[in-house]
Amino acid sequence: MTLSQQEVAKVAALARLALFDHELATMTSELSNIVGFVSLLEELDTTNVDPLAHPLDAENVFRDDVPSPSLSTAEALQSAPRHDGQYFLVPAVLGESGAA
Amino acid sequence: MQPADLSAIDLVAAVRQGDLSAVQCTEAFLNRIQYCNGAINAFLNVDRAGALACAESIDVRRRSGQPLGPLAGLPVAVKDALCTADLPTTAASKMLENFRPPYDAFVVSRLRQADAVIVGKTNMDEFAMGGSNENSAFGPVHNPWDFSRAPGGSSGGSAACVAADMTPVAIGSDTGGSIRQPAGLCGITGLKPTYGRVSRRGLIAFASSLDQIGPMARSAADCALVLETIAGHDPGDSTSLTDAVPRYTSLLEQPLAGVRVGRVPEHFAAGLDPEVAKGVEEAFAVLKAAGATVHDIAMPHAKYGVATYYLVAPCEASSNLARYDGAHYGHRASAKPSSAFESPLIEMYCRSRAEGFGPEVKRRIMLGTYALSSGYYDAYYAKALKVRRLIRQDYLDAFEHVDLIGGPVSATPAFKLGEKTGDPLAMYLVDLYTVSTNLAGVGGISFPCGFTKSGLPIGFQLQAPALGEPLLLRASDRFQRLTDWHLRRPPNLTALCTPKG
Repeated sequence: MTLSQQEVAKVAALARLALFDHELATMTSELSNIVGFVSLLEELDTTNVDPLAHPLDAENVFRDDVPSPSLSTAEALQSAPRHDGQYFLVPAVLGESGAA
Repeated sequence: MQPADLSAIDLVAAVRQGDLSAVQCTEAFLNRIQYCNGAINAFLNVDRAGALACAESIDVRRRSGQPLGPLAGLPVAVKDALCTADLPTTAASKMLENFRPPYDAFVVSRLRQADAVIVGKTNMDEFAMGGSNENSAFGPVHNPWDFSRAPGGSSGGSAACVAADMTPVAIGSDTGGSIRQPAGLCGITGLKPTYGRVSRRGLIAFASSLDQIGPMARSAADCALVLETIAGHDPGDSTSLTDAVPRYTSLLEQPLAGVRVGRVPEHFAAGLDPEVAKGVEEAFAVLKAAGATVHDIAMPHAKYGVATYYLVAPCEASSNLARYDGAHYGHRASAKPSSAFESPLIEMYCRSRAEGFGPEVKRRIMLGTYALSSGYYDAYYAKALKVRRLIRQDYLDAFEHVDLIGGPVSATPAFKLGEKTGDPLAMYLVDLYTVSTNLAGVGGISFPCGFTKSGLPIGFQLQAPALGEPLLLRASDRFQRLTDWHLRRPPNLTALCTPKG
């Protein structure tokens, strides 16, 4: 199984992960190896097998929608890289990078 | 007698009876940490002042006749994947280097309520991804039995901490073997409870359908003591089980007569170190001598465990780690003008994650994102979930015939630091004997069953059906009444450690 650098770059963009050029080559070869390994599962016939997402077949858990205390604004902001005391501050959502 | 020579059960009794003050006990272990940790690097953060203040308050309450919790005065080290409101919580990642959680993990709250003394946070593979502790952003942990070797991972700091007597017990987490494998490589006892037995609230999420917190200690009896404190339902984790928590320490006495232990012949295929194989076979003999019977069983899908795990876990990780966006907490990169990104916000996301995450975490995010992406989802993620059901069915079928499944916990004793770091796939294969437990959601325990000629511990693993912790602990405890492997200490450790500060 071989992935192309183009495919890996696309996955990096989906994962919101900047990859440097030298990382792209290494990542492509490592991911190809790992994907080749996990492709071992192809040899198993799973036609009539249901997927198992949760090991103990848990059922949904409901509770009454009752207001209760939660984190204060100050606590929620305490580890924020940037905030103004009320809100998290982030760079511009629209516009070209570097233009803001 | 020094506090380090006592079991956790005896330490707690000594503090309760007033034979030992909580401060004396805590100081003894803090001094040991100060002496040994420079050479071993098991701790990312030691809270000397906080631990002594906690111990002092326990002594004050004891002297005034107030009731004490069941772990009063017991020093505990906590893996840095569990949130502590009064201590940094980094998951051994640059991403969370400056993170201060706004709340305690459920398990940490339970430990505090029980009057345990939290002495610090232990080193680990970054975000619990790894089998050697070499993926820590803050340097590897050295195995106390041989400093040139890895302690295993990802709970390598917790394992090394107990092995070097820096605390009597530690808390770990296990997503694919991260408690059991380092326990095996460091010669201690580590329990991964049934999925959901212990609340995951406040555990930094890696793979939510696999993650489970558990105790690591010198003995199974000490693991039982800690488990009965940390297990139980938590409304803050809707996957935590509502089943009543037994008093595990009171269920250890019953002999093993009639207990059926399964042995999987494929576990002994090529690749298993001959000395490990010998130690494991001898462990089966000990269980037989204790009255158990041993039966060969088939686990036809065992060989697919690692491949299934390395799809399921990275897929869940890629989703869980999407929260590290540089906006709410964690590392944020400084802006660098570039036209390579759609917007300043996207640039901030991509650069923050590139700078904050280490190579293994990036690989797993990439693998998971790939396997979940359009066009590949069915071939990889959905396929892995189907095989996961087949693997669980193997367990359900096996437990029709046996009460426990025994075997190796890892194929080799502790390997050299650096030996596998150049080959991610080789590192994944160290999880061969442990990942299926998590895929099936059952419990497993590992404990030492011998040593190699060169003096490295050999681990033995037992697995039980869901909620089979009483039998896991009872069988391990019985083994430890008949052997003394778990009481061995790394030789010359005191001489090898260079005191720091």
